Formats: sequence, structure tokens, C-alpha cells
Amino acid sequence: MTAISSTADHAAVRDASIAVAEGRARARLRRRHALVIGLRLAILVVFLGLWELGADYNIIDPFFFASPSGIRDQIRVWVTEGTSQGPLWLQIYVTLEETFLGFVIGAVGGIAAGIILGRNRLLADVFSIYIKIANSVPRVVLGSVFIIALGLGMASKVALAVVMVFFVVFANAFQGVREADRAMIANAQILGASPFQITRTVIIPSAMSWILASLHVSFGFALVGAVVGEFLGAKQGMGLLISTAQGAFNANGVFAAMIILAVMALVVEFIITRFENYVVKWRPAPFNEQGT
Amino acid sequence: MQLQPMAAERLSQAAPPADAAIAIDDVTLRFVTPDGHMMTAIRDFTMTVARGEFACVVGPTGCGKSTTLNLVTGLLRPTTGNVRVMGNPVNDISRDIGFVFQADALFPWRSVIDNVAAGPLYRGTPKAQAYERARDWIGRVGLGRFEKHYPHQLSGGMRKRVALAQTFINQPKILLMDEPFSALDMQTRTAMQDELLGLWSEQKSSVVFVTHDLEEAVALADKVYVLTAGPGTVKSVYRIDLPRPRVMADIRYDPKFVEIAKVIWNDLREEVQLGQSRTLQTGH
Ligand SMILES: Nc1ncnc2c1ncn2[C@@H]1O[C@H](COP(=O)(O)OP(=O)(O)OP(=O)(O)O)[C@@H](O)[C@H]1O
Ligand SMILES: [Mg+2]
Repeated sequence: MTAISSTADHAAVRDASIAVAEGRARARLRRRHALVIGLRLAILVVFLGLWELGADYNIIDPFFFASPSGIRDQIRVWVTEGTSQGPLWLQIYVTLEETFLGFVIGAVGGIAAGIILGRNRLLADVFSIYIKIANSVPRVVLGSVFIIALGLGMASKVALAVVMVFFVVFANAFQGVREADRAMIANAQILGASPFQITRTVIIPSAMSWILASLHVSFGFALVGAVVGEFLGAKQGMGLLISTAQGAFNANGVFAAMIILAVMALVVEFIITRFENYVVKWRPAPFNEQGT
Repeated sequence: MQLQPMAAERLSQAAPPADAAIAIDDVTLRFVTPDGHMMTAIRDFTMTVARGEFACVVGPTGCGKSTTLNLVTGLLRPTTGNVRVMGNPVNDISRDIGFVFQADALFPWRSVIDNVAAGPLYRGTPKAQAYERARDWIGRVGLGRFEKHYPHQLSGGMRKRVALAQTFINQPKILLMDEPFSALDMQTRTAMQDELLGLWSEQKSSVVFVTHDLEEAVALADKVYVLTAGPGTVKSVYRIDLPRPRVMADIRYDPKFVEIAKVIWNDLREEVQLGQSRTLQTGH
């Protein structure tokens, strides 16, 4: 006859086997993560390696298409000796400043306009036609107008960045306000909220995910606005750096500036994502991220 | 006219008295549909709820029950007829009214305690006091440990309890409830019904409680309104003379309750069938 093990033993055995299974699952996740990172690096190395080899053996003409080592050297020169227009940091700073100013003004304006028109049907009906017209103008063309009107300084770049950002944010904020749940608004009304309180505590939070989604893209647009503005005429900035490099047929310079811009955009994107996670922490995590 | 010599007395409809908590007098409401037609949601609708009275409204789906409640809040205006609350015509959204919605209407970006405190804060109560009262109400609906949770982290039943606390904290004189418990399981629902009756007798508010569930209506109400299939109007009104306090878990086995429910069900059945065949015909 075998002894019947006590429930306490059972529980201990069960806990142990759960711990083992958990450990295995964690190890599997870690391995997968390492694999993904490794594959990403491998692709980058292969890509750059092929490009470099192609340039070395003149399959890809480095005069037109640059080469990784050339780009690296160019960035090193810019960092150590500065660019033809002054130190690299100054160029980055100028472009970032224009971008930020344009982004903030455009976003604030777009959010405000979106909320006002979203809350007021008459205004929305009246202005919708003008917004459609303004939105259909290719905005980059406005850059020339701004440079004529505002000169070669910072104002014209900021203005171009503002119009690039404004319409995207406006459209999203407007939509977000319109999609706000009617039951929720009615609930707030009956609980005693004034129209202003409803806007502040119901409309804006519920439009927030729409607005944040637009901020992601529109920072990129602000950067495009600033760079294109500098391209069209400026005394400082990354756009000018690109246009100078272009004028000198310096492909390495164009690519180097492009990479610097990409890094800038990625860093800001990261910051915006952080901000978004902070603002909408009430949102349920997607199912595949839960429990980790 | 005494049709049923029993607890469910069928009442005849008279013009509402001036001091009633809610008086809906011969109201018709038409909606303009998106294609520009007029759609009658309710017609020739008369309903009176005395102060401190618990009225239930039953009727087939789409007959205008939610619409009726919205008339009382002032969110909808009657096309003809008039609505009075506490003797005054409905102009603005009254501070005396509390509304538990059919759909989930909690604010998902606010934690439980922020949701419950919303009413007092909107009405200008100082913060500390509002949160103190909110904490009290959260305790009363049994969610003390969940103050800091967000609505998406709660079960459906818990969310409904938050909604109740959110409404009750304003101590409304008039309580409108639109199928508040229809999404709950049997046990939770019974517990919530007991809770509601307790709160109601404590606060002495006047209640209009909409439900699909006739037994729920009979168990809770002083008065049951049976509506016709849409466009809705009052088909009949029954007074329910079951003794109070009532215990929800037991009342459904009370022979008197069963008898009343049967009588009203006979009345309601035709309308439900009519409503169903109509929805099937129109395909929605
Ligand atoms: N805003 C609106 N515009 C047009 N028609 C509406 C509107 N709201 C409600 N209706 C119509 O009015 C009728 C009554 O709607 P209501 O929501 O009052 O029904 P209900 O009795 O509450 O139904 P249920 O029991 O399914 O909740 C329905 O036919 C509906 O289609
Ligand atoms: Mg309804």
C-alpha cells in the first residue's frame, strides 16, 4: 500500500513545477529577444558591408551614392573641425529650435482650433470649407512665401513648420472631439459639469489619444518644414548644410546630414512616446503586453 | 375600475398633480432621422411619479424607455406636451437628478475615486471634502480596496457599482436608472437590488427604473408602467402592493409576487411579440 501524500506536499510540488515552467518561459523570451536584436544587427552589418564593398569596387559610384566610410569621415570632420557654416552643434541647435517652436505653436494652435470647432457645430460648418482649401495647398510652396515675407532668419522656418503641423493636429483633435462618447458627456452634464468643465475633463482627455497620435507624425512634419525652409534660404541650420553639400556635389555630406536628422527625429520620437505613456497611463495594455 | 382584485391594481391615468416629483403630461417626441424624415419615438405619453415613489418602466426593446428618461433630465425636449420635475418645467439639467446609464459611462481616464468624486467636484465642493465623501461611498458599494484602480481594471459588476456610487454621492432627489443591472450575473444583481432599495429608503428619493426584466420591476417597484411597442405610449399602470422592506432573494418565491408577475406578463407579452415581429421585419 502506498502512502497518500499530504496536500501540503502536493502544493509544494505544484509550486516548484510552476517555478520551473516560469523560468523556462522567461529563458525562452530572453533567447527570442536576443535573436531579434542579433538579426537586426546582422542586417545592418550586411547592408553597410555590401554598400562599402560596392563603393570600393566601383559597382556603386561613391561620387553619387556616397559610401559608409565616407559618411563616417564626413561626420567626424563636422564634429571635430566644424562645418563650413560653423560648428555642427550650432546647426543642429538652430534646426531643433525652429522645429520645436514650429511644433509647439502648430500643435497648440491645432489643438485649440480642433477643440473649438469640434465643440461648436456652427463654427465647424462655416470654417470647414476654408480649412479644406487651406489644407489642399501644397504647404511646402508656402516656404517661398514665408521667406519673401519674413526673411532668411528663424521666423520663416518656424512659420513653415507651424503650417506643416497645424493641419495634422487640427484634423485629429477635431475628430477626437467629435468621437467623444455621448453617454460620457451626458453623464458629466448630469453630475453637474459646466460646458467648460466638460471640455476640460471629458472632451480633452477623450480626444487625447487622437491628439497624441498626431503629435508623433507631426514632429516629423515640423522637422521637414524647418529643413525645407532652410533649404530655400537660410544662414544656419541642417537644411543649409544639405543644400551646401548638394551644391558642392558632396554626396557624403548629404547623407551625413540626413543621418543626423534621422537621429534627431528618433530621439524626439522616443521622448514623445514616453510622454504619451505618462499621459494615458489609464489605458488598458494591449493583451499581448499584459502580465509581463 | 377594479379589474384585478389583488395586489396588482391597475390604475387609470389622470392628469398629473402639481406637486409630483416627475410629471410627464401628454408628451410626444419625434426624432428627425438622418434622411430628413420624422420618427415618432413616444406618443401621448403620460406618467407621474410621486415624491419618494419607486416607479419601474417595462416595455419591448426600442419602445422609448431611454427616451422617456432623457425627457426628464432635459437632455431631450418634447415635441409637444410638457415635462415637470418637482413642480417646475424642465429647462436646464436639474441638480436634483441622478442618472445611471444603460451604457458604461464612467470616465476611463479617472481612477475609481476620481470617478466617484466627479459629481461633488463639478458642483464646487472643496477637494478634501469631495474625496472624503467619495471614499465613504466607495466603501458602501464594497470597493474600498479598489480606489486607485482604473475602470478597465475592474469587472463589469464592479464598474456598475462605481457608477452607482458616482450617482448616489450627489444625493439626487430624483434617481433615473436605465437598465442598470442588466449586464450583471444573478447573485450580483440581487445584491445590488437590495443595496438600491436600502439606499432609496434611506434617501427618500423618487426613482424611475427602466428594465427589460418584468420580475425585477415587480420586485422593486411601487408602480409598474407597461409601454406599448414603439412608438411607445403607456399601455397600463399597475400598483404593486407587496410589503416593504423587500428581500430580493426571497421575494421571487412569494406566491403573491408570482401572481402579480403573471398578470402583468400577460399584458406585456403581446407588446413584446409585436415589437419582435416589427424589428424582424425592418431588419434591425
Ligand atoms: N437620437 C436619436 N435619433 C433618432 N432616433 C432615435 C434617437 N434616439 C432614439 N431613437 C429611436 O427612438 C426609439 C426609442 O429609443 P429608446 O432608446 O428610447 O428605446 P429603449 O426603449 O430604451 O430600447 P432598449 O430597451 O433597447 O434600450 C428607437 O426606435 C430609436 O431608434
Ligand atoms: Mg434603452
